[in-house]
This record gives sequence, C-alpha cells and structure tokens, in this order.
Amino acid sequence: MSDMKLEQDQKQTPSENAPKMRRDLSPSEAVHEKDWSDHKGILIVVEQRGGIAKKVSWQLLGEGRRLADKLQTHLSALVIGSNVSGLAKEAIYRGADNVYLCDSVELENYRTRPYSKVCLAVIREYKPEIVLLGATYTGRDLAGAIATHLPTGLTADCTQLDVDENRLLLASRPAFSEKMLATILCKQYKPQMATARSGVFLALPLDPTRQGDIITIPSQMTEGEIVTQVLDFLEQTDHVSLEDQEIIVAGGRGLGGPEGFVMLQEFADALGGVVGASRAAVDAGWIGHDHQVGQTGSTVRSKLYFAIGISGAVQHVVGMQNADMIVAVNRDPQAPIFKVAHLGIVGDLFTLVPALTEAIRAQKRNSGSVPVAL
Amino acid sequence: MHIVVCIKQVPDSREIRIDPNTNTLVRQGVPAIVNYYDLHGLEEALRFKDTVGARVTVISMGPPSAEKSLRQCIAMGADEAVLVSDRAFAGADTLATSYVVALTIEKVAQEFGIVDLVFCGKQTLDGDTGQVGPGVACRLDYDQLTYVEKVVALDEKNHTITVHRHLEDGVEVVQTKLPALITVLTELNKPRRASLPGVLKAAQYKPVVWSTNDFANIDRSKIGLKGSPTIVSKTWVPEPRKVNTEMIDGPSPEAIAADVTKRLWSSEAASRLGWA
Ligand SMILES: Cc1cc2nc3c(=O)[nH]c(=O)nc-3n(C[C@H](O)[C@H](O)[C@H](O)COP(=O)(O)OP(=O)(O)OC[C@H]3O[C@@H](n4cnc5c(N)ncnc54)[C@H](O)[C@@H]3O)c2cc1C
Ligand SMILES: Cc1cc2nc3c(=O)[nH]c(=O)nc-3n(C[C@H](O)[C@H](O)[C@H](O)COP(=O)(O)OP(=O)(O)OC[C@H]3O[C@@H](n4cnc5c(N)ncnc54)[C@H](O)[C@@H]3O)c2cc1C
Repeated sequence: MSDMKLEQDQKQTPSENAPKMRRDLSPSEAVHEKDWSDHKGILIVVEQRGGIAKKVSWQLLGEGRRLADKLQTHLSALVIGSNVSGLAKEAIYRGADNVYLCDSVELENYRTRPYSKVCLAVIREYKPEIVLLGATYTGRDLAGAIATHLPTGLTADCTQLDVDENRLLLASRPAFSEKMLATILCKQYKPQMATARSGVFLALPLDPTRQGDIITIPSQMTEGEIVTQVLDFLEQTDHVSLEDQEIIVAGGRGLGGPEGFVMLQEFADALGGVVGASRAAVDAGWIGHDHQVGQTGSTVRSKLYFAIGISGAVQHVVGMQNADMIVAVNRDPQAPIFKVAHLGIVGDLFTLVPALTEAIRAQKRNSGSVPVAL
Repeated sequence: MHIVVCIKQVPDSREIRIDPNTNTLVRQGVPAIVNYYDLHGLEEALRFKDTVGARVTVISMGPPSAEKSLRQCIAMGADEAVLVSDRAFAGADTLATSYVVALTIEKVAQEFGIVDLVFCGKQTLDGDTGQVGPGVACRLDYDQLTYVEKVVALDEKNHTITVHRHLEDGVEVVQTKLPALITVLTELNKPRRASLPGVLKAAQYKPVVWSTNDFANIDRSKIGLKGSPTIVSKTWVPEPRKVNTEMIDGPSPEAIAADVTKRLWSSEAASRLGWA
C-alpha cells in the first residue's frame, strides 16, 4: 500500500511521459483475509465553504450519532479548511465526540489532492469502520478519490442508512430513476464508505454544553506541490437553497407558463415562503433549476409544502415526501400527488391560488401573525 | 493532442418500469443507449479535434453488444474505438470498473499515443454513482476536474486547461495541468448529429476489442465481481409514506380557500411555524 507521500507531483508534459498507473491502489486478495477489528467508530467529513458548513454535514452528524450509539462506538468529524476552528467546535455541539481539524491556508479552497490526502492520513491513522460524506459535487469528488486510494467500497447518494448486528453498514440508495431502492453492503473492506443526500437526515440541535477533543492534523501538501489552481468563484447571487426553507410553494406544468409563477410568487409571499417547481416547469424555462424539487433537484423537509399543478411523479415525490404538511391542488382527482398530500383540493389552480392568497392574507391580518422570518 | 472519451452503454432508465405484481424491473424492450452525459464528453473532444486538431479515441468496458454504441461515436467523428469485453469483467462495481478503464487508457496510450485528456460523463443513467471518473483519475494519477459545464481555455504550450466547475451555489473557475480527467455536465455543449461520411465509416468500422488476455499485467483479483467491495444485497420498491389525505371541497374557490386556511391554522405545522 502506498503511503501518504506520493510521487505524483513531478508531473511532466504529456509528450514526454506515458501515464503510469499506481498499481498499488486496488484491492488484492490479501485484503479479503484481513482482520478489520481494529477499525472502530464513525467518521463524518464536514464540507464547508468560506468557514460555513454545508447543511448536509450537520445532518450526517445527526444520523452518524444515531448509528454510533447503536454500534456503541464513537462519532468523529473531520474539518478541513483555512480558519475553520470554529467549525470544529460546532461539530462537537452537533453530536461529534471528537474532531480532527486540519487548518491551513492552502486548504482554503477545496482541491482533490490536498483534501484527499488529509482524509487518507486521518483514516489510516484512526481507522474508522464507517466514513460518510455529503453527496454534494465536492463530496462525491472527494469520496471517489479516497475510496480508490484506500481501497474500499463506496456507496453513492444514500437516502437511508442503518447498521446491523454484524456492524455492517446498510447503505440504501435510489436506483433506476428512484423507482426502487437498493441496499448496498461492503463486507470485506474497511472503512465502509458512503455519500448521502442532503435534506434527508435530521441535524441535531446545537448543544453548546457538549464537549470533546479537537485533534490537530497537519496539512499533507505544500502549495508548491499542488498543480490545480482555483482562479475564481462566481457566486450565484440569486441562488435559492430550498433545502433550508420552512415553507415552499411549488408549481408544475399546470401553471401553464412563466406568468403562472408570478401568481405563485404572490402566494408564496403571503405565506412567507419561497417558490419551488417540478422539473417539467424548470425544463420549460419558466423558472430556474435552483427551484427544482426532486431526484435531480433539491430534497426538502419544509414544514409546509404546496404542490400546485404538479402530477406527483415519483421523481418529484422523493424530493418532498418528508415535508411535515403537504397540500396539493390539481384538477385531476386521480393525480398521484394526492396519495402523499395531507390536504387535497381538486379544482382549477387559476381560481384557487388567488383565493388561497387572499384567505391567507386575511387570516394573517386577523390573527396578527406576521410571516415567519426566513 | 490525444483525447480519450469513456462511454458506457446503458439501458434507457427512463423507459424502465416496475412490474406492479412482482415488484421487479421490467427490462424487456428497454433500448440500450450511450449514456447521454458521455455524448457531451465526446462532443467536447470533437470540438478540440475541429479547432486545434486532436485525435479522439472512444473506449468502453461492456458486453459485445456495446459495439453498437461505439459505432455511434465513430459516426459522430471519433477516430478510433476500443471495446474491453470479457465475462471476467461482469459484476464490477465502481472500484473494479475504474481499474479496467484505467488499464485500458494506459494501453491506449501505449498503442495509439500519449494521452493528454480524458473525458467521462458526470454519471450514468443506470449505476448513477459518478464515481468512475474520480477512480480512473486517481489510478492514472491525473488531476481531476469534475462537474465541468464549460471549458474556458486550453493552453497547449503550457499544457494547462481551464474550466468552469458547477457547484451547488456557484461556479468555480479552475485550472490544472495536462494530462487531466474531466467529468462533464450536459450544459457543456450540444452533441452533434452523425455526419454522412461518419455514418459510412461507422458502417464498415470494427472496434478494437480487448479481453483480459490482452492486458499483460492485469491483476485478476481486481476485476469483475471479485474485485468489487460493494454488493447489492437487495432491491425493493419503497412503500409510499402512508398519509390520511383529506379532500377539501366547497361551493366556491373562496369557500375552499377559507376552509384550507382554517385547517392550516389549526394544524401542527402552524404551531411549528409559530403562526398559531
Ligand atoms: C431521471 C429523471 C429524473 C427526474 N427528476 C425530476 C425531479 O427532480 N423533479 C421533478 O419534479 N421531476 C423529475 N423528473 C420528471 C418527472 O418524471 C415528471 O415528468 C415531472 O415531475 C412532471 O412535472 P409536473 O408534475 O409539473 O407535470 P405533469 O406531470 O404534466 O403534471 C401537471 C399536472 O398539472 C395538473 N393541471 C394542469 N392544469 C391544471 C389547472 N388549471 N389546475 C389544476 N391542475 C392542473 C394536471 O392535472 C397534472 O396533474 C425526472 C424524470 C426522470 C426520468
Ligand atoms: C442499482 C445499482 C446501484 C449501484 N450502486 C453502486 C454503488 O453505490 N457503488 C459502486 O461502487 N457501484 C455501484 N453500482 C455498480 C456500478 O453501476 C458499476 O460499477 C458500473 O460499472 C459503473 O458505475 P456507474 O454506472 O455508476 O458509472 P459512473 O461512475 O456514474 O460513470 C461516470 C462515467 O464513467 C465512465 N464509465 C462508467 N462506466 C464505464 C464503462 N463500463 N466503460 C467506460 N466508461 C465508463 C463514463 O464516462 C461515465 O459517464 C451499482 C449498480 C446498480 C445497477
């Protein structure tokens, strides 16, 4: 097995140097026989940008806490970045027993090699039995690299996690356009790795009385050794993150066009919520992809979810079925959306939405309740 | 420049249905297609061929029937196609797949010329993991640029490439040195149709086919089912969440709206929202 100081950084121009595979990176028969009982505990790799953690990281700490308690083992977090010691504390408050902190200037922006080397150093030293990352773009990029180097099995984009009496991670993920779930095991390798979807698991409330060790990990590469450069980050300023919203009013093809979304925005404003959408509405160009709920959009857990002119295709439903209260408006009484809705209204949305907007406004005036601050 | 494009032939998962009686997948009649993300990788490679001149080799690990997909790539303009096919590869997870794909790229480099750039799709329509690209990059020791929606610049003199990576909250502008591996999003470009000369070439074309025996140093414990740490232990159709749906009706939209509002305000959701 290769050690951390890899030789890859003396890259030469392609015309001089044929690619050479690092043949030590794959499982070999010897691995199967290995005794893994020294691997203990669960490790969550925390993702952050600019010192702010991704929601999914705290959600995974919440789920990791549950699994660690079930296995009667410890839960650790790994925080990587520059000026991120505050996040290490927060990870403890969010459920971690201890935190590995690697804080160094060259780790300010995510880059695969320096980040994966830190993860590998921690995993090889502290030998967790389970490693979880968010199934974000960055999380998948990083997890794919780590699992290949270790090597071990990696289950992608899980929406259910559990452990069994043999300490096996039961990692379940949607398959075939969300029509099925598949449970995937990694029996003969440790750690068992998975990436998990944002918005599915519940974060624990912040508990500042929790205490735990913070263990400093040295950075594994110097800036001079890193080939990849992040030149700029173009933040999408009008970006909406549906995953954090308490009230979502989602519209579908039934809205008929972008004007329908103007009407929907008014309704959302009355409720103090934001607008979501089905893929059909996004693909039609009526609203941006940020607003899409479902398999290829966001998974939400809002307290209130309106589905207006949305039929309820399985790929949409997987993204919203965990909302606390779902209200559906559709003119087709057979629409599958009614199977997951708590309140259903059969009728024409073009008359119902303005009426609902008015009724909500009136109720809020009467009860004196102001729209919740978001 | 020599560019390798990795493609996978997949069942068009949009066409897959579940048999409601047996709760199993109905695969019959489901067309096999080139994973559509991969066509965007091919298109980008072909644009380099058109603009700066590049040789484009398409590779796939898969059953013999994947020849059809490789021919489609030839028709679009790829120069060469390699099919790696062997029963021993069956049952591969992403770790075993990336091993064989990386070995193939290595062999392609030896036989057809040094490789500067590899394109993979963001993910496939069937396995849908997005893990093969990073796996191949690691094994070849290339830098990886994943989820690329735009190639901004290729500097042949300094051997660098600059791209836009798509992230949840914005776009990252990243540069790295060649050789590199890029995984692509559909936003990158619009794949071209096959040209007439392309179609004629494809009709005659026989892809290069390699099996395990063609790889001198292959480690048989790393391929197929044996080389795959992950095991699919079961698949099932999830039960929809059971909810008691209350259907609301009334003489007018206003009456319905008033009723819904009243119910909302007396619901648990309202207290959680601090309304009531
Ligand atoms: C791989 C894959 C991934 C996908 N990912 C997603 C995803 O992330 N999110 C997603 O949403 N979809 C996704 N889809 C698409 C999904 O299968 C559906 O096609 C889509 O959700 C349909 O959108 P819709 O409900 O708005 O449109 P439709 O299914 O066309 O439904 C429109 C509804 O509006 C109702 N309606 C029309 N006019 C009125 C009116 N005047 N008043 C009241 N009701 C009216 C109709 O009765 C109908 O039920 C995905 C599909 C695939 C294959
Ligand atoms: C329902 C289901 C769930 C699965 N879950 C997992 C899992 O969680 N973890 C796991 O390790 N395996 C999993 N697998 C196995 C996995 O699908 C296979 O390993 C497959 O060979 C490659 O993975 P992928 O389809 O996810 O490719 P991805 O990683 O999504 O593919 C990305 C890109 O890599 C290239 N590529 C992929 N396959 C090939 C190929 N054969 N030849 C050439 N280029 C290729 C293409 O450019 C493609 O666009 C699963 C399979 C199924 C059917």
